[in-house]
Amino acid sequence: MSRYRSTAKTAARTYMQPMAGWWTKNPYFVRYMVREGSALLLTAYALVLLVGLWRLSQGAAAFDAWRAALASPLSVVFHAVGLVMVVYHSYTWFDVMPKTAPDQPIDPKLITGGGIAAAVAVSVLILAALLWGAP
Amino acid sequence: MKPSSEPIFWMLFGGGGMLSALIGPVLILVTGILVPFGLLLPQDTMSYDRMLAFAQHPLAKLAVLVVISLFMFHGCHRTLHSLHDLGVHTGTGAKVAFYGVATLATLLTAGLLLVIGF
Amino acid sequence: MPIDTTTRTIEIECLRYDPQTDTEPHFSSYQVPFSDDMSVLEGLQYIKDQLDGSLTFRWSCRMAICGSCGQEVNGVPVLSCHTFLRDYFPHKLRIEPLNNFPIIRDLVIDQNDFLDKLESVKPYLVTKLEKPLAAGPHLQTPQQLNRYYAYSQCINCLLCYAACPQYGLNSDFTGPAALALLHRYNADSRDQGWQVRAEVINADAGVWGCTLVGYCSEVCPKAVDPAHAINQNKVNSAMDFFGVLKLMNKGGTE
Ligand code: SF4
Ligand code: FES
Repeated sequence: MSRYRSTAKTAARTYMQPMAGWWTKNPYFVRYMVREGSALLLTAYALVLLVGLWRLSQGAAAFDAWRAALASPLSVVFHAVGLVMVVYHSYTWFDVMPKTAPDQPIDPKLITGGGIAAAVAVSVLILAALLWGAP
Repeated sequence: MKPSSEPIFWMLFGGGGMLSALIGPVLILVTGILVPFGLLLPQDTMSYDRMLAFAQHPLAKLAVLVVISLFMFHGCHRTLHSLHDLGVHTGTGAKVAFYGVATLATLLTAGLLLVIGF
Repeated sequence: MPIDTTTRTIEIECLRYDPQTDTEPHFSSYQVPFSDDMSVLEGLQYIKDQLDGSLTFRWSCRMAICGSCGQEVNGVPVLSCHTFLRDYFPHKLRIEPLNNFPIIRDLVIDQNDFLDKLESVKPYLVTKLEKPLAAGPHLQTPQQLNRYYAYSQCINCLLCYAACPQYGLNSDFTGPAALALLHRYNADSRDQGWQVRAEVINADAGVWGCTLVGYCSEVCPKAVDPAHAINQNKVNSAMDFFGVLKLMNKGGTE
């Protein structure tokens, strides 16, 4: 109980606005919920990889069946949506990273830009390694 | 007020968030789109033989474990908080369930990597 | 840009709630003549003086420094003395009291919960030893001042609380401004109070109540950046949790 007393004599009867649907009322909050929603896709993708690993442990036939399932329309749609959402996750992750960094006299945009540049560089490296790398 | 246990899960969430921000998009692009469509990359990029050889390498095992585990902890942590954001009451039970799933996925991954052998 | 002194008319819709007669709020609409130099607060004052004397709202300084005139205008928390009617024209304004606080009457909210939180963070210098006056002032370098200066600019206007869904969902959360002020003192070279504030910072309702929505920092009229204060302290709180702070001997007073 607050030791600060309200100046209003009728403060016992206050009105509290309901919270239901709060995130639909401001575009900023909608973007936040999309950012948080990216986690569902990422979790599902991790499970897809886990299933792939399981099929790999079962031998060539099982693994090829998993590979075939990856080419099904449902899977492609899932991965396309997942790609968009995880790209958005990646962007927002680096966008808010300066908030977690200690106070520093450097421009927060440098932290964000650096993070995005690192993500692009690592992606290109992985693609290049798959293209020309290990035989 | 007692100290929150959140730091443990926040670190796992942060690790998974950072890793997926760096390589999440390219992984999904490769395994979910380029390889199934046979685009850009060599046809045998994800052939059984290559993937088996990959999964038998100790460093690759570590990488697979880290990716699946941290992605799961990141995803479960965020989803748990999103439920709270949507007004669902999330107590100890929900915590055990969500972090339990991530822990289970981690153990399964480790187990499978052992089954696949070296 | 020369000020346009011609008078136009804008529609202002205000939330009305009278605790003695109403069970829930409703909106009343007013036609307000305005010129380019009129703030939203002046629009409200026009309503109170000319159209409806019963409209209740808080204000004092009219210059964005007392922090008492915060309102939601079209769903965005703003200082009404720091926001201009011309920026909304020709659209109407829908003015509501700040989100996430109990409404006492019309646009007036009950901010007692915040005052409790403010008190809980010990927003004053905590030192190990009282320094005698004769020892002179606590000297500080410009760099040391910079570490907390931005966080000391808070005017307790509560726009950040109105912008924070986590506070709305769970009012136990210590919230943006109080945690920013907590950091303001922890970051002060003259202060040794990390440990006495640790209970607040390390709790579920401390920095861990934040999911980095980030809107608090967007709406803050004083560029305090409470989201930054809170989230850099997740790192500190985690280090405290794992005992790293003690190792680094950064614990301050026992
Ligand atoms: S941090 Fe900014 S928005 Fe929050 S109370 Fe202080 S001045 Fe107002
Ligand atoms: S009236 Fe003082 S801040 Fe607006």
